[in-house]
Amino acid sequence: MTRFLAARLLQAVIVLAVMSFAVYGLIGLMPGDPIDAMIAADPELTSEDTERLKALYGLDRPVWERYLAWAGHALGGDFGHSRIYHRPALDLLAERLPHTVLLMGLAFALSVAIALPAGIFAALRANRFSDYAVNFICFAGISTPPFWLAIMAMLLFSVTLGWLPATGYPAAGDAGWPERLRHLVLPVAVLGLLSAGGVTRYVRASMREALRQDYVRTARAKGLSRAAVVRRHALRNAMIPVVTILALDMGALFSGALITEIMFGYPGMGALIYNAVMANDYNLALVGLLFATFTTLAANIAADGAYVALDPRIAFRAGA
Amino acid sequence: MSLAALAWLRFRRHKAGLAGAVFLLLLAAAAWSAPLIEAALGVDAETVDLFARYAPPSAGHLLGADDLGRDLLARLLRGGQVSLSVGLAAAFIAALIGTGLGLLAGYRGGAFDTALMRLTDGVIALPLLPLLIVLAAVDPGKLGLDDGTNASLFRVIAIVALVGWTTVARLVRAAALAARAQDYVRAARALGAGSGRIALRHILPNVASPILVATTLSVGNIILFESVLSFLGLGIQPPAASWGNMLAHAQETIWQAPRLAVWPGLLIFATVIAFNFLGDALQDALDPRS
Repeated sequence: MTRFLAARLLQAVIVLAVMSFAVYGLIGLMPGDPIDAMIAADPELTSEDTERLKALYGLDRPVWERYLAWAGHALGGDFGHSRIYHRPALDLLAERLPHTVLLMGLAFALSVAIALPAGIFAALRANRFSDYAVNFICFAGISTPPFWLAIMAMLLFSVTLGWLPATGYPAAGDAGWPERLRHLVLPVAVLGLLSAGGVTRYVRASMREALRQDYVRTARAKGLSRAAVVRRHALRNAMIPVVTILALDMGALFSGALITEIMFGYPGMGALIYNAVMANDYNLALVGLLFATFTTLAANIAADGAYVALDPRIAFRAGA
Repeated sequence: MSLAALAWLRFRRHKAGLAGAVFLLLLAAAAWSAPLIEAALGVDAETVDLFARYAPPSAGHLLGADDLGRDLLARLLRGGQVSLSVGLAAAFIAALIGTGLGLLAGYRGGAFDTALMRLTDGVIALPLLPLLIVLAAVDPGKLGLDDGTNASLFRVIAIVALVGWTTVARLVRAAALAARAQDYVRAARALGAGSGRIALRHILPNVASPILVATTLSVGNIILFESVLSFLGLGIQPPAASWGNMLAHAQETIWQAPRLAVWPGLLIFATVIAFNFLGDALQDALDPRS
C-alpha cells in the first residue's frame, strides 16, 4: 500500500510538471503579452524600446528557459503577481477557494442525495417503466447545456417569480448566512442536478451488476429477505466502484462549477481562472490551472486509496 | 439470420434510440438545406434588418427575428450545420487517433504502452474545461499558422479532438491486448501475417462496435463542449451562427426576447440527447452482453 501510494504520488508529480510546462507554453501563446499591453498603453514606444523591454523582462529567451526560471520561483512558493489585481496570485486563489469548495461540496451532496436513491430504485426495477423513466431523466441531465439551464433558472426564479437573486454573492461580513444561502440556491441546484444524471447512471449500473452476482442469489436462497440482501450484500459491493467514479469525476465537477460560477457571478476559483485567461493575466491563470489539476489528481489518488480501503480483497502492488 | 439483421432487430426495439436517429436525420437534412429553406421563405441568416428587431413569429419570420432583425429560424439552421459538423468531425478525428494509438499500444505493449496509459490517465484526470479555455484562447498567429476564413471552426474541431481521443484509445488497447493472446491471432501469425495485417484485419474488426458506440456517445459531449466554448466567446465567432454564440447574445437581451434564449438551448439539448440515445441503442444492438 505504501509503495503503491508512493508510485502514484510520483506519477502525480510528473503529471503536474508536464502540465505546468504545457500550460506555461500555451499561455505564452495567448494574444497580448505584457509588452503588447505596454505598447497599447503608450503609443510613443518605438520598436527599439520594445526590444529593450523584451530583453529586460526576459521575453526574448526561449520558452523552456523562462519556464525553468518560473518553476524555480514557484517551488519557493512565489507564483508571481496578478496583472489585473496587482496582488500575489496565490493569495487571490486562496481567497476564492472556500467559495468553490462550498459550491462544489453542496452540489456534490445534492447530486449524491438524488443519485443514490434514484439509481438503486432503478436497478431494483430493472427494465420496467420506472427504470426507463429514471434513465430518461438521467440522459436529460447529461444532455442539458449547463449555461442554458442557468439562464432558464434565472429567467424563471429571478425574473418571472422573483423568489431568488439571479447573480452575485454577498462579500464576507456584508450579510449573514440566510442571505448567502439565498444566493447559493440556484448555482447549487443547477450544478447538482446536472451532475446527478451521470452519477445516477453509475449507481444503477453498479447496482445491477451486484444484483446479478452469485452471492446475492445464495443470500436469497438461504432465506434472507430481499431488503436485507439488497442492503447488506448488494449495496455494499455496488458502492465500491461508485466511490471511485465519484472521485474520478472531480475534474468534470470542477468544469461544471466553472460555468456555474461565471453564469451566476459567483466569486469562485473557476470564474477567477476564466477571467484571468480572458484578461491575459498569465500568473493568475497559470497558478489557477495548476491548482485545479493538482486537486483533481489528489482526488484520483484518494479514489484509489478508497478502493483499497473499501474492498479488502484488493491489495495493490506498486505500479499496478 | 445474419449478425447485421439481429443487430437491426435489437436496435429497433430501442424506441428512444430510433427516435434519436430520426430526429438527427431530419435535423441534418434541414440544416444542410438551409439555403433552400432561406430562399423559400425569402430570408437569410446574416442580413441585418433593423425594422424587424425582436420581431415576433410571423409568416415572414416563422420563429421571429433577433436583436438585429436577422431571421431566427435561418440562424438556427446555420448554427445546426456548425454544431453537427464540429461534433461529427471532432469525434471522427478523435476516434482515428484513439484507434491508431490504442492498436499500437495494445499490440506492441512495452514502454510505449505504459507511456500511453499514463498519458491517458493524465488527460482523463484533467479539469477539461479550464484547459479547453486556454487552448481556445491561444493565438494561432504566434505559432505561425494562418487565420483562414473558417479558422474558429477548425480550431474548435482540433482542440476537442486533441483531448477527446483517450476513451477510444483505452477501449481499443484493451481489446487489442485481449486479442493478442487469442488462437486466431496466433494462427494468423503462424501463417506469416505481419503485425500491420494482424492489427488491421484481425483485431480492428473485433473492436469496431465499441469504437462506434463510444464515438456516437462522444458526439453529444463534443457538441456540448462546442456550445460552452462558443457561449464563452472562445468558439465559433460571430457573425457566423452557432447555437452556443446565439445563446451568449440572447443572455444580454433576455428581458426583451426570452424566445431567443429558449430555441438554441432546446436544439442543443435535443441534439445531444438524440446522440446519447443513439449511442445507447447502438450499444444494446451491437453488444448484447453488456
